[in-house]
Amino acid sequence: MTIPLPPSGGGAVSPESAPGTPGGATGAPDTTAEDRGVSLWRGAFRRLRRNPTAILGAVIVLAFIAVAVLAPLLTSYEPGAAQDAGEITPSSVPGPSPDHWLGLDSFGSDLWTQLVYGARQSLVYGVISTAIGLVVGAALGALAGGFGAVGGRAGQWVDTAVMRIVDLWLSIPSLLLAVSVAAILTQSAYAVMIAIGAAQVPIFARLLRGSMLAQGRSDYVLAAGALGLRKRRIVMSHVLPNSIGPTIVQATLNLATAIIEVAALSYLGLGTADPAVAEWGRMLVAAQDRFDESPQLAIYPGVAIAITALGFTLFGEALREALDPRSRR
Amino acid sequence: MLRFVLRRLGLLVPVLIGLSVLLFAWVRALPGDPARALLGERATPEAVARVREAYGFDDPLWQQYFRYVGSLLRGDFGSSVRDNRPVVDTFLEKFPATAELAIAALLIAVVVGVPLGYLAARNQGRLLDTAVVSGSLLGVATPVFFLAILLKLVFATWLGWLPSSLRQDVTIDATHVTNFYVLDGILTREWDAAVNAVAHLILPSIALATIPLAIIVRITRASVAEVMNEDFVRTAESKGLSRRVVSRRHVLRNALLPVVTTIGLQAGLLFSGAVLTETVFGLQGIGQYLFEAIGRRDYPVLQGYILFIAIIYSLINLLVDLAYGVIDPRVRVS
Repeated sequence: MTIPLPPSGGGAVSPESAPGTPGGATGAPDTTAEDRGVSLWRGAFRRLRRNPTAILGAVIVLAFIAVAVLAPLLTSYEPGAAQDAGEITPSSVPGPSPDHWLGLDSFGSDLWTQLVYGARQSLVYGVISTAIGLVVGAALGALAGGFGAVGGRAGQWVDTAVMRIVDLWLSIPSLLLAVSVAAILTQSAYAVMIAIGAAQVPIFARLLRGSMLAQGRSDYVLAAGALGLRKRRIVMSHVLPNSIGPTIVQATLNLATAIIEVAALSYLGLGTADPAVAEWGRMLVAAQDRFDESPQLAIYPGVAIAITALGFTLFGEALREALDPRSRR
Repeated sequence: MLRFVLRRLGLLVPVLIGLSVLLFAWVRALPGDPARALLGERATPEAVARVREAYGFDDPLWQQYFRYVGSLLRGDFGSSVRDNRPVVDTFLEKFPATAELAIAALLIAVVVGVPLGYLAARNQGRLLDTAVVSGSLLGVATPVFFLAILLKLVFATWLGWLPSSLRQDVTIDATHVTNFYVLDGILTREWDAAVNAVAHLILPSIALATIPLAIIVRITRASVAEVMNEDFVRTAESKGLSRRVVSRRHVLRNALLPVVTTIGLQAGLLFSGAVLTETVFGLQGIGQYLFEAIGRRDYPVLQGYILFIAIIYSLINLLVDLAYGVIDPRVRVS
């Protein structure tokens, strides 16, 4: 795939300059550029920019990250700090006021502050737990897929052994697995992250193994083998890089699940017990007792979780579609 | 077909062995003394010593493991730390409530999800399709327990249309044969009891059904869309077959395979979701019992219930594989 470049073109074809360059005789400008070998990720990025769903997802995700990072600038209160506890009665909490524009929660903390700092917790928990699942799962998947793809008979044995373990892992429903792990590790923030990460491991392992096996059968891997490349080299620099795409996409989607599961573990009483940490799931639990008279206490964090999860889902789905060769028309 | 069934059942054995090793290791990995973990925080030193002796926690690990497996094979799954009731007894007692909820939820998910996904695929790009796809995305993104709380608030507290908790009104004096309340009502012809039990199931099963429903809609939509582009569908259409025959015999039958797999995978999720849903609605099934067991760190209960749920999950997936063989003859041959 050599690209005839115009003299002024210089190095790589940038997505912007590509449509204007001469060479492609047929089709719309975009198709031309893609025919000339725009990389998979660059092509995907271009398709993402044209997809309104992807943009909506990206906007939600970026807004969520911005709120999480800029939390101290968005509020002048500390999370978990009681404001005017005197105003709270068993049947009502103070509503919106100039000082607290969403009102207070049942512990007398500023509701807006709790929400903003809750975003921070969700981001940290979600990213770290997904990273744990991704790293461990991808390692297992690469082990099984790598040996399965080029390892011959003995390699297939390794593949089978690893995948049996993964199947076993998968036979325990993820929330129960997370609960079991959280129980071993005693109650702490790390326990929640490891627990949720552990529940994600088999998903990544199966996905990466599947795409590595598929890549292992392709012609270029055969060619690399015929050229006398070492098996380890074939796996590490050919099979793995070409198989990792779907796994990365899945990680985006799993962030949504992880954020929901963090809240679920809190709801089950396995989250952090530290009152100075604002967490959406725990806000929901606390709101339950006052649900009839102050539903906003539950609705704000619940909607926050749903919108965040929706953002990651929309973006992840759009990314998957953009990377899918079949959607490149 | 029988060989297929037996072979698939044989594959369960390594899973069960693996699970028993995991659960055995799990209790030993718990922080502190395993005897104390099994007895709870407030156990007296004498009781701890007695359990250490009885369970042989000082013996070599492999001896302990084989003793554990031996007791499992005899049907002894330990007893709850709180009320000393055998784990098997409470599980069997509470299982019908959860099964009823899970079946109702799965029914909603399949009966609503498959036609919606099919219609969306048939109307790709139109308003109906967009609405179905956005709805399913929202369904996946909403936490089950939040939806459960919301449904309870709107339909039970504000509108007062449906009951908000328990499996049946306490005022109803129903006879219980199987502990499946709806089934009991039908069997004993106590129709008011059956109707009442159904009314109590509506909100929880809707809450529990959302995620499977959303996933089934999307898989059905994708699968139908793919099959509709196949050559054999075009051939069938150009032969002049009616649209109905083509959709029923050619499109649906082929498109349902991935859907069946998904339904099986959702069964495990239903049990996880049941922990949250039952807790919100006070349904007193295994989910709520598990929730309470988590709260008081009742490890024998957790250990036993996780094992049971994993077994049920594996059996459901076995059934799915068998269903696969029925729908798709090619599977039986290979």
